Amino acid sequence: MVKIYNEKVMEHFKNPRNVGELEHADGVGQVGNPVCGDVMKIFIKVKNGKISDIKFKTYGCVSAIATTSMLTEMAKGKTLKEAKKITRDDVAEALGGLPPIKMHCSNLAADALKKAIEDYENKQ
Amino acid sequence: MIYLDNGATTMMDPDVVKAMIPYFNEKYGNASSTHMMGVWARQAIDEARHTIAKSIGAKDEEIIFTSGGTESNNAALKGVAFANKDRGKHIITTKIEHDCVLNSCKWLETQGFEVTYLNVDREGFVRPEDLEKAIRKDTIIVSIIHGNNEIGTIQDLKRLGEICRKHNVYFHTDACQSYTKTEFDVKKQNLDLVTLNAHKIHGPKGIGALYIRHGVKITPLLHGGGHEFRMRSGTENVPGIVGFAKSVKLAMHDKHVKHMARLRDILIKDITENIPDVLLNGAKGEKRLCNNVNVSFRYVEGESIGALLDAKGISSSTGSACSSHSLEPSHVLMALGMKAEEAHGSLRLTLSRFTTEEEIKKVSSELPKIIEKLRKISPLAKGG
Repeated sequence: MVKIYNEKVMEHFKNPRNVGELEHADGVGQVGNPVCGDVMKIFIKVKNGKISDIKFKTYGCVSAIATTSMLTEMAKGKTLKEAKKITRDDVAEALGGLPPIKMHCSNLAADALKKAIEDYENKQ
Repeated sequence: MIYLDNGATTMMDPDVVKAMIPYFNEKYGNASSTHMMGVWARQAIDEARHTIAKSIGAKDEEIIFTSGGTESNNAALKGVAFANKDRGKHIITTKIEHDCVLNSCKWLETQGFEVTYLNVDREGFVRPEDLEKAIRKDTIIVSIIHGNNEIGTIQDLKRLGEICRKHNVYFHTDACQSYTKTEFDVKKQNLDLVTLNAHKIHGPKGIGALYIRHGVKITPLLHGGGHEFRMRSGTENVPGIVGFAKSVKLAMHDKHVKHMARLRDILIKDITENIPDVLLNGAKGEKRLCNNVNVSFRYVEGESIGALLDAKGISSSTGSACSSHSLEPSHVLMALGMKAEEAHGSLRLTLSRFTTEEEIKKVSSELPKIIEKLRKISPLAKGG
C-alpha cells in the first residue's frame, strides 16, 4: 500500500507541516466531503498582501495529507496573486509525483487555498 | 514485522514447504504417466485428495483440485449455470461475496441468467427468510460465502442449506476464509459445492479445490486431457496439491482456533476500550472468524491508518475507497448499512496461528497513538 508513494510524499504525510487552525484567520477555505473520503480545510493570515501564516487540517488518505502539507509550505510568504496561481499539478510536482489514481481525488489542496483567498477577498 | 493481513494471504508453514520440495526436483513425474515417476505423483495426489475430502466429510472423488479460490468459485457458478439451463436461469447470491463470485454472477447476467443479490443485516448475516422468499421456480443455485473475508461473519450454512434442499436448489459456499477455522461438514451443512484454497491456511498460492457432491449436474470450465474426473483438465500441480494437504493437516487443530480467538478478543477489547469513537464491524463472538478484527474509526481514513501502522512494521488492510482501485468503499461494509465515511475509516487486522500475544500488545499500544495523531490533523474530529 505504501510502496505506491515516493519518499517525499511519505515524509510530508508522516511529519505534516503547518498542521492546525488559526484562531483569527483572515480567510478559511474548505473542499471535499467525508463521503468521498477527503476534506481539506485551510486557514490563512494576510499581511501586506502576502500570506503571513497558514495552517491546515485534512481528513483523508496519505496523499490528501501530504499534498495539503506541501501546499502550505509552497504558499507561505507568497503574495495572494502568486499563491492563487499554484495549481494541483504544481503541488504534485513539488512532491516528486503522485500515483495517477490519486491525482484527482485527493490532490485538492490548491483548490482549498483558492477558496481561503476568495474568502479573505470577499471580506475586504 | 508484525503481519496482520492473513485474510489476504498467509506465510507458508516451513513444514509445508518441506513436504512440497521433493515434488519439484525428485518426484516430478506427470501423474498421468504409467512409469514409476508417474505413479509417485498419482499416489501423492490420491493421498492429498483423501486428506481434504476427509476434512470436510466428503468422498475422495467429490474433490477436484483447481488453481485456487477464484477458479473454484467460477467453476461452481458457471459450471452449474450452464449445465442446468434446462431447469432455469435464476441464481441467488449475496451483496457481501468476494469479487470472484460477484463478477462471475455479473458476467452470467450478460449470458441470459438472472441474479438476486441478497441483503444482509447489520452484522452481515443473511436472513433465512430472505433466502426463502428469493427462491423462484427457475432458481438453480444459491451461493453464499461462509466466513466473510472482510468482516469475519460466519453464516449459518446448515439453516440456509436446509432451505435450498427443501426447494431442490443447489447450494454452494465459498469457504476459503473459514476452512479449518470452524467446524465444517458438507452433509451436516447441506452443501452441494464448496470452494476451498490453500494460501489462507499457510499453504501455497495457486492451488485450491472444489467439492462437488456426487450427482450434481455441472459442466467443466477447462477442457483437455480429462484430468480430475473430467472436471478440470490440465496437468496436476503436484507440489501444490501435496502442500495443500499438508497445510490442512497442520491447520486442523482446535488449539489453533482457540489461540487465534483468544488473541482476537484481546485485540478487540484493547481497541474498543482504549480508543474513543470506534465501532466493531461484523459479528461478535462465536459467529465471527477466529482470526478477524474489523473496526471503523470515526474522523480518520483507513489508508492513512494503514500507512502509519506499516511505518511501525505492522501490516493491515482497509475497506476505504482510498486504497481500492475503483475508489469505491468496500461493498461488504456498505452492505451492512454503514455510511461511506465509516467504511473509509475501517481497518482490518487478520491473525494467524503464528501471531503472538506480544505482537497483539504492540498493535494495541501503537494504534491509539496513530488514531490520535490523525484525528489531530482531521477537520472532522471533535474540536476540529
